[in-house]
Amino acid sequence: MLTLKINGKDMSVDVAPETPLLWVIRDALGYTGTKFGCGIGQCGACTVHVEGHATRSCQLPVSAATGKAITTIEGLSADGSHPVQKAWIQEQVPQCGYCQSGQIMSAVALLAKTPKPTDADIDAAMSGNICRCGTYQRIRKAIHVAAEMAR
Amino acid sequence: MTTHSEVSRRDFLRAGVAAGAGLTLAVYLSGCEKPADKGGETAGTNGGTDGQFSPNAWVRIAASGQVTLVVDRSEMGQGVLTSMAMLLAEELDVDLSAIKVEQAPAGKEYGNASMGGIQGTGGSSSVRAAWKPLREAGAKARAMLVAAAASTWGVDTASCTTESGAVKSKDGQKRATYGELAAAAAKLAVPTQVTLKDPKDFRLIGKPVPRIDLADKVVGKAGFGIDAKVPGLLVARVARCPVFGGKATSFDADAAKKVPGVKHVAAIGSGVAVIADGYWQAGQGVKALNVKWDFGANANLNSESIRASMKSAATGSGPGILARKEGAGNAAQQGKHVTAEYEAPYLAHACMEPMNATAWVQAGKCTVWVPTQYQWGGGGGAKETVAKTAGVPEAAVTINTTLLGGGFGRRFMHDFLIEAVECSKAANAPVKVVWSREDDIQHDFYRPAAYVKSTATIGANGMPVSWVTRVSAPSINVATAGAAKDKLDENTIDALANHAYDVPNMYFDTENADIAVPLGYWRSVGASQNGFFTECFIDEMAEAAGKDPLEFRRMLLQKKPRHRTVLEVAADKAGWGKPLPAGRARGIAMVESFTSHVAEVAEVSINPDGTPRVHRVVAAVDCGMIVNPDTVRAQVESAIVFGLTAALYGEITIKEGRVVQNNFNDYPMLRMKDMPIIEVHIVPSTEEPTGIGEPGTPPLAPAVANATYALTKKRIRRLPFHRGSATA
Repeated sequence: MLTLKINGKDMSVDVAPETPLLWVIRDALGYTGTKFGCGIGQCGACTVHVEGHATRSCQLPVSAATGKAITTIEGLSADGSHPVQKAWIQEQVPQCGYCQSGQIMSAVALLAKTPKPTDADIDAAMSGNICRCGTYQRIRKAIHVAAEMAR
Repeated sequence: MTTHSEVSRRDFLRAGVAAGAGLTLAVYLSGCEKPADKGGETAGTNGGTDGQFSPNAWVRIAASGQVTLVVDRSEMGQGVLTSMAMLLAEELDVDLSAIKVEQAPAGKEYGNASMGGIQGTGGSSSVRAAWKPLREAGAKARAMLVAAAASTWGVDTASCTTESGAVKSKDGQKRATYGELAAAAAKLAVPTQVTLKDPKDFRLIGKPVPRIDLADKVVGKAGFGIDAKVPGLLVARVARCPVFGGKATSFDADAAKKVPGVKHVAAIGSGVAVIADGYWQAGQGVKALNVKWDFGANANLNSESIRASMKSAATGSGPGILARKEGAGNAAQQGKHVTAEYEAPYLAHACMEPMNATAWVQAGKCTVWVPTQYQWGGGGGAKETVAKTAGVPEAAVTINTTLLGGGFGRRFMHDFLIEAVECSKAANAPVKVVWSREDDIQHDFYRPAAYVKSTATIGANGMPVSWVTRVSAPSINVATAGAAKDKLDENTIDALANHAYDVPNMYFDTENADIAVPLGYWRSVGASQNGFFTECFIDEMAEAAGKDPLEFRRMLLQKKPRHRTVLEVAADKAGWGKPLPAGRARGIAMVESFTSHVAEVAEVSINPDGTPRVHRVVAAVDCGMIVNPDTVRAQVESAIVFGLTAALYGEITIKEGRVVQNNFNDYPMLRMKDMPIIEVHIVPSTEEPTGIGEPGTPPLAPAVANATYALTKKRIRRLPFHRGSATA
């Protein structure tokens, strides 16, 4: 039995310690907002926060996540009221929406470190997240909007 | 009456009871392919008593005032749920927020004439098909609600008006909500004729309305296929032969079953399935299987031989299948000759949501949850596929269409759905099959590769007098629909033989290449590579004629005002002809596809490795009247990124019968750091709406290639760009 601290709650799971955090979150705990896209840390769909850092959960064995504060998209806000979520709606970012949990988690982590990011900061922080619908231009704008909202 | 319509009618009646004494309208969505078919396209019935009627959208107004629209199209990012709701809300006079959208079940009643009667989402057809019938449905329901109010109040209908879900008397004395009137309205006859709003009076149509599906998509609540939750659900992974057409000869089920969490191992049609508590456990089980394969007939297939056979056919003197002949066809003409060979590779779809489906086969019935573009019809729809695989009648199959994490044509195929049904049968439990990204890249239905040879002759007047093109490509129709090998495949020649340029003598023909790589529809289909071939070759002709590429196109499009206009708007907004900083150049291209016209101007520089870097793309689009301009912009932005990804990186290669690429590390996608600025300009139009999901893709590659030539004076004639790079 391992204990994980997810979205402020302690949760016990009975899984092999090498199981990637992604599959513990999705299959064992049923938090399906975090997505599977590639399994090799190339696409960012599985991005969650571990101690506030944007982390590819498909690459992190669950044993390395015990005792750390994990936040998933479900833990960002109960009602979509986080400035990044609001900016995503304002700029009408999502299309299919599949990658957007990961995009939002990466953007939130960026803004926590860099409250007023430049386009270069956005390129650096967001280029690990693939969007097959190609919403990058709107993501960029929404990050700037969220930065303004948070001020 | 067929079995499946009985089922649907039963569903419908149940819904009617649940909604209380409400008003229900059945709407037949006919295709835009029959615009001449005025009247009779839409018919309605109240209370669902007309069993002869084949409806494919339902509009319900409950006593509570809740308006429900049952949508037969799949939402895969294109905003169709919002567009459909807007069409209804506009004429019904309700707020968009008052409409609840429901995904339709699968069956004949939901077949779309715009897609040959199948229930499916593709061909950029949704708004085209629903434009008139859904507005008429709203107008008819509104007329019935007004008539009910007028009758109750003992006044003339002309003294009543509607606003935001209520009927009121024009003197402001009386008001009743649609919910209050629904029961009375349901007793009235459905009007056969209604007058639709003058477009100048639209409240919603033509306005950038926020999408109704985004609130769930920013909080992680949107339900994709991979998120399906069923009590007792198991998860399966499948080991498939890496070589196309190969079969498993042996595997070690016991070793796989020793992996903690693994419950079942089963040989299924596509390979060997390991069924476990979760994805990870199933994957560990697959690793333990030690499958031995018989690679079969394709073990020597490779890209070099495929390419050589297509080049030989495209440049050879075989009989060819005629696609278009004008004037003297391919007879030799006097003048300056331009000849070029172009080629494009196989491409994978790479939807962000990997292929998956959830099935539950129980005694005599089967329920599935599936992200599909193709629910019913033509033998390959989800419903028939599940019935056949599960061994139950279609009437015992329930298809739940989830949200799609991208479709792009991939989800017209149901290989993953068959696997889910087979796994559920084997496990006697609900099973979700989930593909890895490697499964997805290596077992796709690929955009066909193509090889083209074109020759043009520029006459004494500086304009082309002849244009001859032969294309060799494997045929989607032969591969997926069993079409005859000597029959023209319209997919192979779209945006090639049917281009709009006015040249007096033309001859376009094809050779269907016989290659054992699975094929499918890929966003914009044949136009995805043909736009590149045609629009780059036009630039080659313009150069031979000594003319500016824009001016040359304008001269060849004198009878085509819509094509000319998008070119002119894109050129104007992009500053065509105006100076740029050193090292930058513009290229232009225009492609008509899915009955829409799109021109794009790309502004590029050259990377140190010789490949183009795209800084800005300016698009002008004429897709007729617009339902939601923000959705149109989003779709064109998306289509441009799709086209740029393919042009920069997209290439599936075959070695020893298997796909060489595996995942996003070797089948890359465009990322934020390489994203150009995109501007989309919508050309105002009063014509009927045309497609928008796909037409933005084809002009991108040629616009960038033409800009690259302006800088390097070396033509890119092979995709992706690095294959035909300026320094190669």
